[in-house]
Amino acid sequence: MKITVYGPGCAKCKQAEELVKRVVAETGINAEVVKVSDIREIIAAGIMSTPAVAVDGTMKVKGRVPTTDEVKKWITG
Amino acid sequence: MTENEINTGAKKSAVKDQNIKTILYLFALGLAVYRLTMLKSCCISHYDSLSTWITYTFLKLPELTLFSLSVELFIYDVQKLLLLLFLVVFAVGIVRSFFTPERTRKFLAGKHEFTGNIFAALIGVVTPFCSCSAVPLFIGFVTTGVPLGVTFSFLISAPMVNEIALVLLYGMFGWKVAVLYLGTGLLIAIIAGWTIGRMKMEKHVEEWVYAAQMGDADDLVQDLTWSDRMQFGMDAVKDIMGKVWIYVVIGIAIGASIHSYAPDNALAAIMGKDAWWSVPFAVIIGIPMYSNPAGIVPIVEALLSKGAALGTVLAFMMSVIALSLPEMVILRKVLKPRLIATFVSVVGMGIILIGYIFNSLNLSQIIK
Repeated sequence: MKITVYGPGCAKCKQAEELVKRVVAETGINAEVVKVSDIREIIAAGIMSTPAVAVDGTMKVKGRVPTTDEVKKWITG
Repeated sequence: MTENEINTGAKKSAVKDQNIKTILYLFALGLAVYRLTMLKSCCISHYDSLSTWITYTFLKLPELTLFSLSVELFIYDVQKLLLLLFLVVFAVGIVRSFFTPERTRKFLAGKHEFTGNIFAALIGVVTPFCSCSAVPLFIGFVTTGVPLGVTFSFLISAPMVNEIALVLLYGMFGWKVAVLYLGTGLLIAIIAGWTIGRMKMEKHVEEWVYAAQMGDADDLVQDLTWSDRMQFGMDAVKDIMGKVWIYVVIGIAIGASIHSYAPDNALAAIMGKDAWWSVPFAVIIGIPMYSNPAGIVPIVEALLSKGAALGTVLAFMMSVIALSLPEMVILRKVLKPRLIATFVSVVGMGIILIGYIFNSLNLSQIIK
């Protein structure tokens, strides 16, 4: 499983990245967390407000930090 | 029990939890509204029974001294403003759940220039926006048919017309100042955006912006229920109130002392009405500075208490909120220096003009 966190480096983007990493570690699921901070890549993914999180290429949330429960639901299916 | 049954059971209890939360939120809202209406219908000799009780029964302050009256007014104002802030932030949080940047973009694409500027300024107030998203938002707008000037109207109004500043100005100076702030903020966003549009500055946008391939930026399919939206509202309350309550309390403390003790005129000579250069000076100082609106309003109040003119102080506040060095650095990625300079000077000039207009009005008639 691949989880992508998009964000150019604002406080909320870091928060989102940390949250996703923590939840992955807690659930012990084998998932790779990637941070994308290049603005062109963010645009190409169709994102206008950051942070955004995608799981295996599917956009899950845009413009806000997800909640712990949301992340758990995405990665445990 | 089969796994299916366990799942439906879990779902049911999740829905139940959500319902309980919604009811709790509604209850909190109701309480806040009830308390606010109580605070409105009081004030003949004392502000309200709770403020009076805390001041004279709990703190045992002597009656009818200047200091006790200030304390009473302070407790009254803290209640009123925090309740008002709670309701407004909650309501704006719910409204924002309807306005995603994607929807706003779709709505603004292909709008005619002048009406487009008006809509962009208005929507800028309610669309969720953080300055770190300014670049992707800018590219998303201009590459999909939102005119450059209309995009600027949005980018100016989103930070400048701020609901927290609006509530604080209302609470501290009365509704007239709040309405003037809202109206003039929108006016600057509309006119500055329109002016930039008229100047045909498209070639001063970095080339790669128009070449950028905006990915499929459709809205996420989200069927938000009302309880989801209320959750957004509550999250906004937690996020914003947690950061700003201390500024509000300090601001009110300063305000309460202004009401009771006559303002001195320490700043009248340099920031008073008669110093014509004070408005441009305040704006030039304010442009590079960055602060959140809640942090700046108490400063506004302190300046006023020292005899600074309202127009000068509001101009300072607007330039701090609307224009800042960090924002310029962020926008430099997509704008060439000339367009940034134009943006800063058009908005700065608009703010200076507003400052002069406020200064020409009679201060004592506007402030409550």
